[in-house]
Amino acid sequence: MTTNPHLLRMKRQGDKELLIVRAFNAPMGLVFDAYTQPRLLKRWLLGPPGWTMVQCEVDLKVGGSYRYVLQDPQGNNMGWGGKFLEVDEPNRYVHTELFDQDWTGGETTITIEFVEVDGVTTVTQTVVYSSGEAREMALKTPMEDGMAESLNNLDAVLSEELP
Amino acid sequence: MIQHTNTSRRLDLTFAALSDPTRRAILARLARGEKTVSELAAPFNVTMPAITKHLKVMERAGLVERGQTAQWRPCRLKPKPLGEAVDWIDRYREIWETNFARLDTLLEELQAPAQNAAARSRKKAKGKVRKKQKGGGS
Repeated sequence: MTTNPHLLRMKRQGDKELLIVRAFNAPMGLVFDAYTQPRLLKRWLLGPPGWTMVQCEVDLKVGGSYRYVLQDPQGNNMGWGGKFLEVDEPNRYVHTELFDQDWTGGETTITIEFVEVDGVTTVTQTVVYSSGEAREMALKTPMEDGMAESLNNLDAVLSEELP
Repeated sequence: MIQHTNTSRRLDLTFAALSDPTRRAILARLARGEKTVSELAAPFNVTMPAITKHLKVMERAGLVERGQTAQWRPCRLKPKPLGEAVDWIDRYREIWETNFARLDTLLEELQAPAQNAAARSRKKAKGKVRKKQKGGGS
């Protein structure tokens, strides 16, 4: 625990997928619970600092649905939800996801896999967007690449938005 | 929700203004300090009226403002809408980093009692092993 090998990694995969990989110092069962149990989700899936989770309902079974609502300090809500397509505790689950203020360009399908080695669990989230443009809307390069450079990534999105 | 709609509309304008490579290049140059229209036009293969037209689009989006007093009306960046757009773009990764940092803390907390219990049981087990060792156990 002295070093942090748990850097968040994100990368594009194929035409419209995004990989999010992160390792945690905990057994997979516990990490799976943290991802799927409302009492635990409410303690970390909160977005930016100062936000709270005002709704968290999870019916963890194939065909079951979930619904999350976050609230910012000004009282604005951001909600999203979907259905579970696959549940294989504690190895993986697959669910759909759609934000109320649809900023992902339609519904996404997310596969979350948990792999434990020596007490360290690596979580791989594979997000499949409705299109490559939708993916670009959600993923972009960080600021250090320069403002103009980072804004270039919006081109795909923008070309759809423009009259 | 009204607030969100206004933000969306502002973002639409911002993104539309940013959709053009010349306008993005102009913004990148303005990020380094205010410039006159002729200074802005210099590196581009476009006419001054074309640059003025681009500036108008960016002024409407609130990205750029032009001085009222000086005759050459220097252009400068208005950081707020651009900041909003960039914040919006960056939010995705940032949110996950924030979430995961919290999850680290949570998992650590959740395991603290378990680790203590495990330590206790290891102690017990060690005691047993020690007793057993006389019998040739490892």
